[in-house]
Amino acid sequence: MSNPVQLLERLSTVRGLRGSVLVSAADGLIVAESLMTGVDGRAVAALAASLMNRLRRATECAGRREPVFLQLQAQGGSVLATPCGPDLVLVAVAGPDANVGLARLEMLEAAGKVA
Amino acid sequence: MSDDIRGMTAELAADPDSLIFLELGEALRRRGQLDAAFKVARTGLGRYPELARAHDLFARIFCDRREPDRAFESWVTALQFDPSLVSAHKGLGFLYYQAGDLASAEKHLAYAGQADPDDGGTATALERVRADATAAKAAQASVGAARVEPAQAEPPAATGDAVAPDDVMLPTIAGAGGLAFSFDEGARSPVQEAVFSGLDGGADGLLLVDANGLRLGGGLRNPDGQDVADSVAALLAGVSKEAARTTRLLALGDWRGLSVECGDGNLFLSAPSDSTLLLTVRGLDVPMGRVARFAERASAAARTWLERAE
Repeated sequence: MSNPVQLLERLSTVRGLRGSVLVSAADGLIVAESLMTGVDGRAVAALAASLMNRLRRATECAGRREPVFLQLQAQGGSVLATPCGPDLVLVAVAGPDANVGLARLEMLEAAGKVA
Repeated sequence: MSDDIRGMTAELAADPDSLIFLELGEALRRRGQLDAAFKVARTGLGRYPELARAHDLFARIFCDRREPDRAFESWVTALQFDPSLVSAHKGLGFLYYQAGDLASAEKHLAYAGQADPDDGGTATALERVRADATAAKAAQASVGAARVEPAQAEPPAATGDAVAPDDVMLPTIAGAGGLAFSFDEGARSPVQEAVFSGLDGGADGLLLVDANGLRLGGGLRNPDGQDVADSVAALLAGVSKEAARTTRLLALGDWRGLSVECGDGNLFLSAPSDSTLLLTVRGLDVPMGRVARFAERASAAARTWLERAE
């Protein structure tokens, strides 16, 4: 497993990303974080983990495989999340000008290294 | 496993770029091995995303899986790459007929019939569609005639005109070089149309849920064909609130959509209204961007229905 903080810092170089956190999937607690000032890391962690868990159950019930990436789109940006193995979730907050496609690729790569 | 299938499987394994996947997928489909056929078709489509016959194979598998919406999309895509593909015209003719759009069914079947005049099945289907269309128009005309006063009634000749073939432009083989019909990406499935005009049907892959996790409309089946709509609806209760809370706490404004990539499909959640959630599910063959656009149209249809219901 690579150093999570270094991976998060690398993610923060993607244009428009306001930061990222590595979250425990079970309880939504922060494992590592690299966030811009003003972004509520605890809220990001708890809510994104909860959303991911809920969607995991829904996709399982629908007979689909587990989610590999989710994007919650809002007027002022997005919340991106991808599981890192069964225990962790990598979450990033993106502004409206973010390159979400690049962020997605970087997150999937980082998740592979963390898992 | 039959010798044919074993042979084709070996050939495909030896040369993954081989177009034998088309025959193998079709053979598996005919044997009812739909999951295996789907995997073969999906892999082939991954290598040849612009091959109309691959989309056609996909569509036939979706038909057998009772997923008419997805079959429709695949046949429309097939015709985008090859507007003269007869099997896609036949398939769309069949789907339009099932949905009650006899004019569109006739267009497609007429095209298929002209392209392959020896196909007795198409000729029979076309006769049936035309007979149904004539009967429907006659029924409409008789209802209309019964409603008008005798003095205002149309003369028999005019009534006869009303049941005559309308001005449908039947495509010709000579016109096959260009698009015989308008198959734009925004084309709507007749099945979806029917469901979302009343939301009382069982469309697969579109599920409208209320805030309490109860199904309002649409339907959802798992890849094995089992109805999972109600159980998935129950699990989606609260997602809308959670999404709204997340974006509010992060000062991102109102949430607009939630896309979920799974290993074997793409899901999109949207909120047609404050108290409802719409789930759109498509396979990996439909890119997420298209799923989102489809979800937008379905949301608009759901909003219209909700407003009518209120």
